Amino acid sequence: MSPTPDGTSPPVPVGTPRRAVTPAPPRPAHLTADTMERARQVVGLYPEPRSALIPLCHLAQEQDGWLTPEAMRDIADLVGVTPTEVYGTATFYDMLHTEPVGTHLVAVCTNIACLLNGAAELLEHAESSLGINAGGTTADGAITLEEAECLADCDRPPCVQVNHRFVGAQTPESFDALVADLRSGARSDDIPDHGTLIRVRRTTGLEADPDRVAAERAAMAEAQAERAAAAGADSPGGGS
Amino acid sequence: MAVTEAPRIITGRIDHADSHTLERYLATGGYEGLRKALAMTPEAVAHEVDTASLLGRGGAGFPAGRKWAMLRKNPVTYLVVNGDESEPATFKDHLLVERDPHQLIEGVLIAAYALQVTRVFIFIRGEFALGLERVQAALNDAYAHGAVGADIFGSGFSVDVVVHPGAGAYICGEETALLESLEGKRGFPRIKPPFFPAAIGLYGEPTVVNNVETMSNLPWIVLNGGAAFAALGEGRSTGTRLFALAGHVKNPGVFELEMVKTTFNDLINAPVLGGGIPHGRALKAFIPGGVSAPWFGPDQIDLPLGQDEVAAAGSMLGSGSIVVMDDHTCAVRAAWRITKFFFRESCGQCTPCREGSGWLERIMERIETGHGREQDLDLLLDACDNIAPGLTWPPQQTTICVLGPSIPSSIGSAIEMFRDEFLVHIKEGGCPYA
Repeated sequence: MSPTPDGTSPPVPVGTPRRAVTPAPPRPAHLTADTMERARQVVGLYPEPRSALIPLCHLAQEQDGWLTPEAMRDIADLVGVTPTEVYGTATFYDMLHTEPVGTHLVAVCTNIACLLNGAAELLEHAESSLGINAGGTTADGAITLEEAECLADCDRPPCVQVNHRFVGAQTPESFDALVADLRSGARSDDIPDHGTLIRVRRTTGLEADPDRVAAERAAMAEAQAERAAAAGADSPGGGS
Repeated sequence: MAVTEAPRIITGRIDHADSHTLERYLATGGYEGLRKALAMTPEAVAHEVDTASLLGRGGAGFPAGRKWAMLRKNPVTYLVVNGDESEPATFKDHLLVERDPHQLIEGVLIAAYALQVTRVFIFIRGEFALGLERVQAALNDAYAHGAVGADIFGSGFSVDVVVHPGAGAYICGEETALLESLEGKRGFPRIKPPFFPAAIGLYGEPTVVNNVETMSNLPWIVLNGGAAFAALGEGRSTGTRLFALAGHVKNPGVFELEMVKTTFNDLINAPVLGGGIPHGRALKAFIPGGVSAPWFGPDQIDLPLGQDEVAAAGSMLGSGSIVVMDDHTCAVRAAWRITKFFFRESCGQCTPCREGSGWLERIMERIETGHGREQDLDLLLDACDNIAPGLTWPPQQTTICVLGPSIPSSIGSAIEMFRDEFLVHIKEGGCPYA
């Protein structure tokens, strides 16, 4: 979510909560050993560990579907910042969710190219068909509906994404069929559950000049330690 | 002439269903440009790009060769590729990352060699899940092929490339915000001066930031020579360029066209391009270069698709995306939606942008929904004037980055071109198109 007030949702009728139903959050989870291992590999790709913060948030969402407070603490330790800094960064970005979302995040673009091609009407249909307002999640936790900004698929309007996968132009009828397929699992091969962004893993580490990389990181860590010492404050976070 | 005989420089491969694979890439001349570059000196490679006079394809249109030249004086530490394509109705980089990821990677490697950079980050917007997978898979294959990593193709040059996913924020398309985001922070643009990436970039080091389309042109330029590229187009607008056409056209899509030789009229109406406006309707207005650009009317449809030509007419070619609106379009509603976008995406650092976008959005909403007042038109223009004083083009800047000064474009255009429509909304208490 952007730091400015969210002005993008339609007016909410009196008596209707913005989130019709919030699904019961899954058990708050720390990063598993497997995720931790992958996370360390990602950290190793950057000269400064903090650069891995956003990729690690994606990894945590792949594990839990959203960013749990426990995961944010683990990420803070991995990249050497405070959990608050992870939270403060994550809340800036639309794709990072610090509250649970549905298994399928359905995003309907209503920006200009889609607006000119029936996007507002499609979003209205989606809201009444799902019984929730944009921003809400269905009672079964299957669908979270989102009004999206331009997703760069403007030759197939109105543009819809499910878990950040393009599903092509939708009519009200095809939208309902799509939702039925999502609920039945018919699309689970091409659309993973919410949180899994990149199914292709990097197969190599850094190869160009490992010594230089190591030297760079040592120098940066030293500079960081000096700054912390100069500030006379306790170094925040756990380092890495 | 709607389409010239110019070669398809960066979309030549995409008609193949497997255009994203290494196999197809190698079968269609892939990585030959890199091999040729590695046999040249870095200076000679940079010289070819200079000769091509390739203008950056991200939106600002700064010559790539000059951007590099600034850095050749000082050693460059990082190369960062901007694939955060988020300008509404721009969808050309989407095509390039999904359909020809190896071409992007080869371009990146050529640039890295020319700049003697050993560390590259390709920043791709998070919403491109398939694009991210395709580029990562292509990169894995490129490492295995010996094109990336240590001693590439036995040349003695080593370079590492990392694919970095964004997380959903329009502002990260601004290059300094992108660098902040790449450092694991909120995407807050940095103030320039002093934070020009060429001087103080990623981790404070000299950094080149180039767009996906810019990079994708490099293999062809190296193989065919900068002069062959510069021979296409006209004036400063050389080569071909991708134009993303959307809105009210029969055949929306991304078209690679020779710069300047094609007009907006050709793009919108030629049967092999946009195919005209559907349902027998007439053109009301079009946006020539992303929603940050002032609108054009039917009178300007014969302007050529060239950077300087569009600038001289008072707008910009920007990100190369053209949105067509037919005569059944409500100009107030269109401008309101664009304003709402900027309100949502303002990062919140600067008061004129953060507060101004909200004011404008609320006033536009009340006009469109029938609660407008006659003095609202002056109020809108006054608020716009506080964001971009004088409402000139190019706009004056009161903010750290250009997001703020982009906000008044649509409202200013809509009021200037369709003032009566605003008045009808206000007098009749609602939208005449609803």
